[in-house]
Amino acid sequence: MSDHHNETFLSKYIFSLDHKMIAKQFLITGMFMGVVGMLMSILFRLQLSNPGESFAVLEWFLGEKWAPDGVLDPNMYLALVTMHGTILIFWVLTAGLTGTFANFLIPLQIGARDMASGFINMLSYWFFFAATIVLLTSLFVETGPASAGWTIYPPLSALPQAIPGSGLGQDLWLIAMTLFIVSSLLGGLNYIVTILNLRTKGMSMTRLPLVMWALFIVAILGVLSFPVLLSASLLLVFDRTFGTSFYLSDIVIAGEALHHTGGSPILFEHLFWFLGHPEVYIILLPALGIVSEVISVNSRKPIFGYKAMVISLMAIAFLSFIVWGHHMFITGMDPFLGSVFTFTTLLIAIPSAVKVFNYLATLWRGSIRFTPAMLFAIGFVSTFITGGLTGIVLGDSALDINVHDTYFVVGHFHIVMGLSAIYGMFAGVYHWFPKMYGKMMNKKLGYIHFWVTFISAYGVFFPMHFLGLAGLPRRYYSNTAFPMFEGLTNINEIITFFAIVGGIVQVLFIFNFFYSIFYGTKASKNPWGSTTLEWTTPIERIHGNWPGEIPTVRRWAYDYSKPGHDTDFVPQTEPLKEGEEEH
Amino acid sequence: MTNVFIVVISFLLVVTLVQLVRVGQLLGDIRKKDFNVVTETDNKRQSFLMLIVGLAFLASCVWQYFAWNPLLLPSASSEHGVIIDELMRFTMILIISVFFLLHLFLFYFLHKYKKSSDKHKAYYYTHNNKLEYIWTIVPAIILTGVILYGLNVWDRITNADTSEASVIEVYGKQFGWNARYPGEDQKLGSHDYKLVGGANALGIDIDDVNSLDDKVTRELHLVVGKPVLMKLRSQDIIHSAFMPHFRVQMNCVPGMTTQFVFTPTKTTKEMKMLEGDDFEYVLLCNKICGVAHYNMQMKVVVETQEEYDAWLLKQGTLSEKLLTQK
Ligand code: HEM
Ligand SMILES: [Cu+2]
Ligand SMILES: [Cu+2]
Repeated sequence: MSDHHNETFLSKYIFSLDHKMIAKQFLITGMFMGVVGMLMSILFRLQLSNPGESFAVLEWFLGEKWAPDGVLDPNMYLALVTMHGTILIFWVLTAGLTGTFANFLIPLQIGARDMASGFINMLSYWFFFAATIVLLTSLFVETGPASAGWTIYPPLSALPQAIPGSGLGQDLWLIAMTLFIVSSLLGGLNYIVTILNLRTKGMSMTRLPLVMWALFIVAILGVLSFPVLLSASLLLVFDRTFGTSFYLSDIVIAGEALHHTGGSPILFEHLFWFLGHPEVYIILLPALGIVSEVISVNSRKPIFGYKAMVISLMAIAFLSFIVWGHHMFITGMDPFLGSVFTFTTLLIAIPSAVKVFNYLATLWRGSIRFTPAMLFAIGFVSTFITGGLTGIVLGDSALDINVHDTYFVVGHFHIVMGLSAIYGMFAGVYHWFPKMYGKMMNKKLGYIHFWVTFISAYGVFFPMHFLGLAGLPRRYYSNTAFPMFEGLTNINEIITFFAIVGGIVQVLFIFNFFYSIFYGTKASKNPWGSTTLEWTTPIERIHGNWPGEIPTVRRWAYDYSKPGHDTDFVPQTEPLKEGEEEH
Repeated sequence: MTNVFIVVISFLLVVTLVQLVRVGQLLGDIRKKDFNVVTETDNKRQSFLMLIVGLAFLASCVWQYFAWNPLLLPSASSEHGVIIDELMRFTMILIISVFFLLHLFLFYFLHKYKKSSDKHKAYYYTHNNKLEYIWTIVPAIILTGVILYGLNVWDRITNADTSEASVIEVYGKQFGWNARYPGEDQKLGSHDYKLVGGANALGIDIDDVNSLDDKVTRELHLVVGKPVLMKLRSQDIIHSAFMPHFRVQMNCVPGMTTQFVFTPTKTTKEMKMLEGDDFEYVLLCNKICGVAHYNMQMKVVVETQEEYDAWLLKQGTLSEKLLTQK
């Protein structure tokens, strides 16, 4: 397209309206935040494995104030945990993951020239950017960043007297989150509208690749649930600044009886988890989608049970709205309500199981090609199995009594959500990098990256289940205050060792990513032999995606190794032969 | 100093690796072969690794289980805890078997169906509704069992009979706990947060006659075999009273009272015989509550009725403590 020529640096790289550039902006911001969040976890892991010991790194990063003599300050511990969780959940795995792949893939895979509104799309990124700046600023305020956990339960998050991070740090957290929500709503609406309206000729909903379905459903989930978090935060802002009592009641703190009466912190928990639970699926579904593509392409086999895969995505999404109470079994809620939430929660295991079986069936009698993307997709299937199964323990209210808020939970959610989604993200980057940058990422580095990550990630999070079953609570600065936890130091050392190894190996990925952008070998047009539309675009990336007409779609997205064809894949644009059945 | 070394060495390692990779890439360029195409050797190697590392992972899970089992909580010291433990055992056996089964399938398939030139195309197999039904319905049936069993246990715990139970209040605040015993009248006096202060740490209303004989203590003493109805309150922010040995946990929420009923079954002395001399029951805080959250604890003692009576007798009543001060 001709507007290609009079682009300035600013309009091409910074205030770009092109969905591919915006996707890269999300990706690189997400990667940056990923490094920040990961570093934080390594800092606090040092304290957990070597409580009270002095580390020069801690003092380098945190200064004399937060790590006097190289020993982590307990308030800072909580601040780091809070920021780590916030960053990874929202910045990396929500914006970084969905923002990247929704923006990049939606127009390319449905056959559109760009998003429905390029301008709104750009706004979405810049709101996200502003949110990032505010969040990072909060790291440097005098009283420290927000420290009440990523779940910011009041009264802790409402009262600076309770913890210093609940002062200015929490204000900035709330502002950042508000900007973030605006960004995600703008993005989400755009994704929905684009998928519904801009599909090319022949691209019926049932011919959409599964990753499109996943991103579509995620956008709906986000649009329905983020506003609830926004209102919960607004009420919290009122309580904090204007003296209202939505969440506060009968509190004596720092020797002073506060005037608030009649509020309920439990109300906040309900509102928070009404977003919070769908949020974990907002994180997971894009990864499920990406993995479905990658597994199918690299098994050279159609994804097994396309329809069942779509239905199970929908079922998971629907159920995710009626299970939030499983985070609140021991808040004193009506036991009957607890039973209802146990019931709905355990139901989610059914569509999840269907997905796993379908992945296995896709691999069965395939012709599996082990690209780095495929390895990460396989890693995903493994963590999804492992983490999904421990969810059956946590979803059972009677069992949750004794493992709630212990390290068992930390192990569970890191595996099922953290690792799965990160693996999905890595799979996506390795797989679509040739499309994004026209270059290949280095295969060998990818292999090493995968194996070290896979081993160390399980080395970090699997042992955490045992800590939890030994009764160890999460969000503890140190395990030394209780003789009953003394024997656990050895496990903590193992965990920290693997955390450091796993952290360092990410350097390989980052190097591989940037090195390949500039010096990678040139990619061919369709390096993985894939059927979907994005691989019909020219290698040189242009505004509008296709130089001439947008291609018409004539078959579903999964014709791999179809009998009666010479190649082992048939692009979606190829007309059905005479007498050929669609699938 | 060692830290600096570790950082420097890891950095050098990474640099070395990167140089190696660059050499590989250049060699590829010279031989005019695309370095990044996945070759038959890659498939062989990676699928083999998948099998080996996969099996090693499963083996390490078994190892962890045997190595760390002794560190886990001892079996429950309360009546309902026993049925929770049974449910846990049942659930664990179920999920661990599925965990191994699915992973074995996964690693086996990856190895068996790797791409290689001496094999034909993959099998074009798009769906099979019958299979799909089977693997929807079978998990559904199993989960129905899990749900029914779980809800039954939950119901027995939450609807426990409280008529026989003695009431004890547990009160949390940054960063410590108190217990309050109702005294002779078996009734806890009323409270108002505005009264908190000085010796009246729990904000008890002394004008209420029921308050006069209440006793506030720093330790939680319980009678073996006797049900307790624990009432929980908080002074400032949300805490959670967690007594892992009894399988008891309930949040303490400012502005409301929550409760939990349970019956301890083993005295501290018995536990010391089983678990070693330094064993103590504890109540710990399990909801993030501030800087000393990790050290918010109260000693719990389970004893016989006589020991308990003797202990309680020594604790002063509120009227003694507060009225003498006035
Ligand atoms: C090297 C990688 C990582 C390590 C070593 C690590 C370690 C930890 C640990 C030990 C905690 C618990 C701290 C405590 O409760 O006291 C924690 C909390 C958390 N992590 Fe990670 N983590 C890693 C990666 C991730 C990823 C990929 C995610 C993305 C989902 C994530 C999300 C969270 C969240 C949401 C929390 C809870 C924060 C809170 O309690 O408010 N982490 N992490
Ligand atoms: Cu949830
Ligand atoms: Cu506490």
